[in-house]
Parts: sequence; C-alpha cells; structure tokens
Amino acid sequence: MRRRRRKWKSAFGWGVAWLAFLLVLFGLVDLVGSVLWQGVRSFRFSMLFEPTQGIAGGLENAILGTFELVVIGVVFAAPLGILGGIFTSEFAPPRLAAAIRFVAEVLSGVPSIVIGYFGYLLLVLHFHWGFSALAGGVALTIIMLPYILRTTDTSLQQVPLLQREAAWALGMTRTQAILKTVWRPAASGMATGLLLAIAIGLGETAPLLYTAGWNSNNPSLALTHSQVGYLTYVAYTYLDEPYAQARQLAYAAGFVLLMLILIIQLVVRLVVGRSRAAGGRSAA
Amino acid sequence: MRKVSSAAKAWDRVFRVLAAIGAASPAVFLVLIAAIVSVESIPTLRFMGVHFLTETRWDMGNLYGAMTHKNGVTAPAGASYGALVFIVGTLLSSIIALVVAVPVSIGTALILAYRVRGPLGFLLNILVELLAGIPSVVIGLWGILVLVPWIANSFAPFLKSILGWIPFFGGQTGTGYSLLASGMVLAMMIVPIITATTRDLLEQVPVLAREGGLGIGMTSWEVVRYVSLPYIREGFIGAVALGWGRAMGETMAVLMVSGNATNILPQNLYSPISTMAAFIANQLDSAETDASGMAVHALSELALLLLAITLVTNLIARWLVRPRRREGVITS
Repeated sequence: MRRRRRKWKSAFGWGVAWLAFLLVLFGLVDLVGSVLWQGVRSFRFSMLFEPTQGIAGGLENAILGTFELVVIGVVFAAPLGILGGIFTSEFAPPRLAAAIRFVAEVLSGVPSIVIGYFGYLLLVLHFHWGFSALAGGVALTIIMLPYILRTTDTSLQQVPLLQREAAWALGMTRTQAILKTVWRPAASGMATGLLLAIAIGLGETAPLLYTAGWNSNNPSLALTHSQVGYLTYVAYTYLDEPYAQARQLAYAAGFVLLMLILIIQLVVRLVVGRSRAAGGRSAA
Repeated sequence: MRKVSSAAKAWDRVFRVLAAIGAASPAVFLVLIAAIVSVESIPTLRFMGVHFLTETRWDMGNLYGAMTHKNGVTAPAGASYGALVFIVGTLLSSIIALVVAVPVSIGTALILAYRVRGPLGFLLNILVELLAGIPSVVIGLWGILVLVPWIANSFAPFLKSILGWIPFFGGQTGTGYSLLASGMVLAMMIVPIITATTRDLLEQVPVLAREGGLGIGMTSWEVVRYVSLPYIREGFIGAVALGWGRAMGETMAVLMVSGNATNILPQNLYSPISTMAAFIANQLDSAETDASGMAVHALSELALLLLAITLVTNLIARWLVRPRRREGVITS
C-alpha cells in the first residue's frame, strides 16, 4: 500500500512538472506564433523602403534609426565592456574582480526605464542634446555594457592558465599574451556575448522613450538635436491608434523585430552551441 | 632570447590603464545614475515629504494658473505627487507574477535538468532561453492580441465564478486591461530567468547525493523533494528575488496591458493599474508641459524609489545566489 502511494506521489509530482513545462512551451509557441501570424498578414516588403507617413507608410526610418542607435550603443559599449572584461579576468586581484562583477550585475539589474530617465535628465535636459541619436545610444550603452563585460570575463576565465604561462615563458608581457594568444579560445564566447547584447539593444524600448524621441523621417547623421525613430516605438505606439493601417504597421514592426532577434539568437546558439556564458552564471 | 623591449613594457602599462577604465565604467555609470536621479528629486522630496509614499493623488496642478510655494519650492497650484497607486500596482503585479512564475519555473527547471537530454534537451533548452530574449514590446503585443481578450472573455469570469467569494477575486471583471494581465505578462518575462538559474543549480546537485537517495529506495520524485530541492534552496530563493527585481522594473509590457490607471487603487484583480516604471514611461508628454519643472522632479523621485527597491532586491538576490564552494555530500 505504502509503496504504491509513494509511486503515485512520484508520478503526480513529475506530472505537475511536465504540465508546467508544457505550459511554458505553449506560451512560447502561442506568443511567437500569434505575433508572427499577425505580422505576416500585415507585412509588405515595400514597408522596408518607405518611411512612416502619419499613421501609415513604411518602416524604413524606424529600421535605420534602430540600427543607428544600436551601432552607437555598441561603439561605446563594446570597447568598454571588452576592456573591462579583460581587466576583470586578467589583471584584477580576486577581490577587486569580484567587486567589478558584482557592480556589473547590479548595473544590469537597474530597470531600463530608470536608465532612460537618467538619460533624459542628464543628456537631453542638462547637456541640451535634445532627443537625439547620441542620447539614445548612450542609454543603450548602459544596457549593453554590463552584459558584454560579463561574457568577456566569463569566456576569458575558461581559458586554461597553462596557455598564459606558456606565453609568459616566451617573454611576452601580460598584454602581449592576452592580445596574441589568450583571446583566441575565448573569441567565440566574446562574439556570442556581443551578438546577444546587440539583440538586447534591438529590443529595448524603455530607455529610448525618453532619449531618442521619434522621427518619421529617415535618421540624419546629426548626433544631437535630431530625433530618431526606432522599431519598438512603432510597435508600442501605433497599436493604440484606432486605424487598421496604423495597427498593421505596429504588427509589422513587431514582426521585423522578432525576426531579427530570433535570427540572431538562433544563429548564435546553434553555431556556438549552448553557451553557458549566456546563462548569467558566474565563473567559479 | 629577445629581451622585452621597453616599448612593449610601456604598451603593457597603457593597456592596463585602458582596461581598468573599462572595468571602472559600470561603477561610474551606476554612481552617476544614482546621483543624478537623487539630485533631481530633491525639490519633490521637499515639496511632498513623506506624503509622496502615502498619497494616492498624482495631479500636476493647474499648469496655466498661479504657482504655490511650499517649503521653498514652487509648484503649479493644486499640484500633488502621490505615488501610492503606483507603488501598490508595482508590488501587486510583481507578486502575482511570482505566484504564477515560481511553480511553473520549478517544474520546467526540473524537466530540463533531469528529464530531457541529448539533442531534444539541447533544443528545449534553447527554446526556453529564447523566451528570455524576446523583447518586452513583443510580449506586450502578444498581451494585447491574445492575453487581454482571453482574460476579459473567459479567464476573469471563470476565476470570479470559482473564487468570487474571496474579496479580491470578486466584483467587476472589466476589460481585461488589468492587474491580472500585468501579472501574467510579467510572469511570462521572469519564467525564463528563474528557470535558467534553477536549472543550473539543479545540475550542480552532486550526482552522488542523488544516487544515494535512489540507493536507499527513494522514488525519483522523493530524491527531488528531499535531496535536490533542499540542496538548492538558498540559490533558488535568490533566483526568485532576481526575478522579482526584474518584474518590478519591467516597463513596456506592463504599460501596454495594465490599463494605466491613475489616482485610484485597484479594487480587485481585474482593475486597471499602473506601475512605477510604466507610469514614468507614460508621463513623457505631460512632464514636458510643466513650466515649473516639478513634474520632471516628481518623476525623478519615482525613478529613485524604483531604483532603490530594485537595488535592494538585487543585492539580496546576488548575495543568496553567490557562488560558493560546497562539499560533495550535503550536510543536513
């Protein structure tokens, strides 16, 4: 009797676990499926080549603007993050390294709207940049930076000490060792981190609302005093409009966004394999 | 052997400094954010004092009329910046998210860690990690397309018919743009975070301990219940706290499905709400119209409060999930 009851309990426990698992899978499929379905029905290829006009038109300005913002973000975040990751992994004494990792994690936990509002207060108002590409780019930098730093650090930590010692024994300085040999095995991990950081930047809205503004023209090359449009803004704002055309534009923006991010994520994970660096786990 | 040239040595020093600058940048940004947001919220702190936390009325006052002076601060007449509605909205929606997400995450993590392996396991792991990468605007889009109509048409009436006798579950079922929808959208966003951390923790449970459990005749579920789960307890609580912090700071998805209520506390599960993050995002236009600048300062204080709350939960979470060396066998 007792044994049977325990068996039933076991089956029940696992049954509940499977149910939870299926629920998550169902949610994911439903989410991706319904957004893609609505997107495919609303998306027209001509949207890629025409800017938004009023409540209709295309997405060219938003797509170009998104790329501009992400590029600016990466231009700042990648050098800082990679150098910071190198310092954390290679130069810092253990306690300092732990402190840097901790600070980076805390920064990545700061809500993105707070980062956006900070950008508004400091860059848009105080520096008088206005809603601009540079302000939005800096806000994205703050989002991406801790992520790039952590993945660089984690992938460098996985390079065996032996390789560094071999380089030092050849008479290389620490810098030479890092720039000539140690980075090579870590390169794929670092590239993964960078690509995923770009995917995060593409999908951000909250930090841009208060920094980048909105523009229905294609972005100019002016870094300040010129508002920029971006995809997530279209997806968020145009959904509220009562016009079918506007909503179609919102669905199409969500579709383009989701496709871009899914492609980056899938490519990264399938090519590089299941990256533990991306799981946010700290190197022991 | 070639001697290390002085140029190489100089470059080594320069590179170290560059790297140190990179490593210091997160700290610089963090301090800068905290400093700016704090400084900008001083006027509201003086104007509202503790009423910022206890008042439900958020009113920018008469923007074209006379100004009032209070505690040395000038504000539009009739202005009141009370954040209680948003504090309550943030806490309730994130708690609902946790109530939904925690059991689901445990189950999913158990399956991913112990029940699927090989190519199928690889694929399913990727799918769950994919969910973490979906932008919140897209999740909000799904919320409006699928979740909100579903809640309005079937889920809310269903909940009410079953649990309606409990105070918070009864009453008007509303339009679907609600506390419930916000909580579920948030749950969707934190499930992958909690699941990924829990799965990693479960995989760290020593095989010997689990095999020992099986060896003394436990069922596989009893091994999970009495060996694995107690072993990961602290880390798991940390993962939940991490998810909680994320849920409280999440903006877009909530903004899209919450109904953006102001000045009124939620009456039941189906009432529209607003959270601190969503309200900040929603107030962009109105903040700019306030010539006295008080609205900007008030939002800044809201941002400061949000920053403080998420920092505290994050610190607790990081402290709980910090990597630690454990002996191979658990000690009770």
